[in-house]
Amino acid sequence: MANPILVFCEQRDGRLKRVGLEAVGEACRLGGAAGRPVIAVVIGSSVAPLASEIASHGASRVLVAEDAGRRYYSSETYTALLTEAAMRLQPVAIFLGATAMGKDLAPKLAARLKTFLAQDCVALEMEADGSILATRPIYGGKLRAVVKATTPVCQVVTLRPNVFSAHEPKPSPDAPVERLTITAGAGRPMAVVREVQEAGGGKKELTEAAIIVSGGRGLKGPENFKLIEELAAALGAAVGASRAAVDAGWKPHSYQVGLTGKTVSPQLYIACGISGAIQHQAGMSSARTIVAINTNPNAPIFKLATYGIVGDLFEVVPLLTEEVKKLKAGL
Amino acid sequence: MKIVVCVKQVPATESKLTISSEGADIDRSGLSFIVNPYDEFAVEEALQIKERLGTGEVTILSLRPHSAQKPEEALRTCLAMGADKAILLNDPAFEGGDGFTTATVLAAAFRRLSFDLLLLGKQAVDDDGGAVGIQVAELLGIPHVAVVNKLEIHAEARTAVAHRQIEGGIEVVETPLPALLTCQKGLNEPRYPSLPGIMKAKQKPLEIWNRETIGLAPETIGAAGAKLRVVRLEPPPPRPAGRIIPGEAATAVKELVRLLREEAKLI
Ligand SMILES: Cc1cc2nc3c(=O)[nH]c(=O)nc-3n(C[C@H](O)[C@H](O)[C@H](O)COP(=O)(O)OP(=O)(O)OC[C@H]3O[C@@H](n4cnc5c(N)ncnc54)[C@H](O)[C@@H]3O)c2cc1C
Ligand SMILES: Nc1ncnc2c1ncn2[C@@H]1O[C@H](COP(=O)(O)O)[C@@H](O)[C@H]1O
Repeated sequence: MANPILVFCEQRDGRLKRVGLEAVGEACRLGGAAGRPVIAVVIGSSVAPLASEIASHGASRVLVAEDAGRRYYSSETYTALLTEAAMRLQPVAIFLGATAMGKDLAPKLAARLKTFLAQDCVALEMEADGSILATRPIYGGKLRAVVKATTPVCQVVTLRPNVFSAHEPKPSPDAPVERLTITAGAGRPMAVVREVQEAGGGKKELTEAAIIVSGGRGLKGPENFKLIEELAAALGAAVGASRAAVDAGWKPHSYQVGLTGKTVSPQLYIACGISGAIQHQAGMSSARTIVAINTNPNAPIFKLATYGIVGDLFEVVPLLTEEVKKLKAGL
Repeated sequence: MKIVVCVKQVPATESKLTISSEGADIDRSGLSFIVNPYDEFAVEEALQIKERLGTGEVTILSLRPHSAQKPEEALRTCLAMGADKAILLNDPAFEGGDGFTTATVLAAAFRRLSFDLLLLGKQAVDDDGGAVGIQVAELLGIPHVAVVNKLEIHAEARTAVAHRQIEGGIEVVETPLPALLTCQKGLNEPRYPSLPGIMKAKQKPLEIWNRETIGLAPETIGAAGAKLRVVRLEPPPPRPAGRIIPGEAATAVKELVRLLREEAKLI
């Protein structure tokens, strides 16, 4: 049988990250023609119930590494586990989500296996021998590189969230579930996660959001971010900010979108009072639909925008919030 | 405390880039280059740790990424900020490599240096790899914490506690030293080199090391050691032409909502 594709399905607190299911979907698409099995790996405590959810999205087998002592992520232990899985299953490729965890784990894993690594990919193709052609944005999204491994063995790839499609879940999956334990890896000096501090306030995570409303210097002051937050609440969206807004202290850095902030790929990105500097674009130009609201018709953001309104955000944004609310209320 | 910081020289972020005639690299002629922004956070953090402890040494290490680049300038900038000495890894044999061979060369250089702490950027804004630091740590067999935006060093206990950004929160990570950390915005505000700093930097040692200095076999580095080949570069896919929705705010907003619903099918 053809060598399989291994997919690491990240979970935190017993909840699967959507991008893991997207990676399973993409692995099925790529491996299908060559009859490559798609084998998912899930690591953590009390994760067994997640196996059927993963299987229903297309994985043909699920490996579960369950350990009550393993409450938090550990790059050392996770690398040891995935290395063990790779040794056993000889995968042609290993897929991970390009999340904080995936982007931390993938380089370590690739270095340990001494194999190809492509981070934050937005398109993948697989040749008959299993070689991956990976497309990834470089230079802050100004260009894309198509890269290929020199040897098609254990190619480590991270997939940008919200870009690839997960399969619709199918009922009554019958994928076999196996346990995974490690025999090696202990004894190295290790960094240990002591605690995880939640951002709180039910704040939606930018990198996972389907819709983002962002505010920039055009908001003129921190208090006016409430206009952005109200629109975001009406849309069920996450809130982002430009660097100008972050540097002014209106929002913490975790809100920043752009070159020195987060890279996001939502279905819809609404930029309010943001000029659209090249470094801001670096973080959001792969959004599917972009809406710009800006008083200056020459602002660079309009070159990127699918829909633009030239106008005062203090007038436009509250009207938009009202319209969205009306729509959602079915009026 | 001995701290080594890795700094990459990258094209200025506002540069207009063109793809070279061979199609697999950019054209570097006429570009201006800067210290990778994330590496500035690493340099600043190293200087602050040294200042706080009142003792220590900050060494800057850079690998020339391409023969058309002059990372000496980036190294002088870091020396002018206050670093003590710099090492440039310079050898045609290093060229044509990937993130893994870069990590291999940097790791080999570290084996010739004594250190308690290695600081790198979370990502170089040219290849956007976000991998070299983590791979160096793995090759050296030391722990790493990546994407750090807050750091406490306990010199006596030889540990560090770092905050690292994750989706919707922060991981608080404790690591024994020596360790490797990759730096994220928020960690500090990098200083500008002062005029006396710039003058002093000219006298500070800048060593050049090549493949033989670090004792690596030619087949492990450069194009020969790379795990990755760039097939081609391409511009990002063009965005479909956008449109400005005309009219008074109230009519424009109504039209926008209609478009988002009926055309883009998003709300
Ligand atoms: C190395 C480097 C890294 C960087 N990283 C980032 C990054 O990660 N993210 C980022 O965002 N930037 C980044 N920048 C900064 C970037 O170059 C811009 O300075 C920044 O994005 C500008 O933010 P802004 O659009 O909010 O502000 P401005 O450029 O000042 O734009 C404000 C806009 O608001 C509009 N406006 C004003 N009043 C109103 C109103 N009443 N209604 C509607 N519109 C109004 C104006 O017409 C203007 O277009 C970086 C820069 C460098 C050099
Ligand atoms: N050629 C280089 N010389 C020195 N440091 C480098 C080099 N390439 C990468 N680095 C370091 O590794 C970090 C991550 O790079 P990358 O994995 O390429 O995104 C950078 O922020 C630098 O600190």
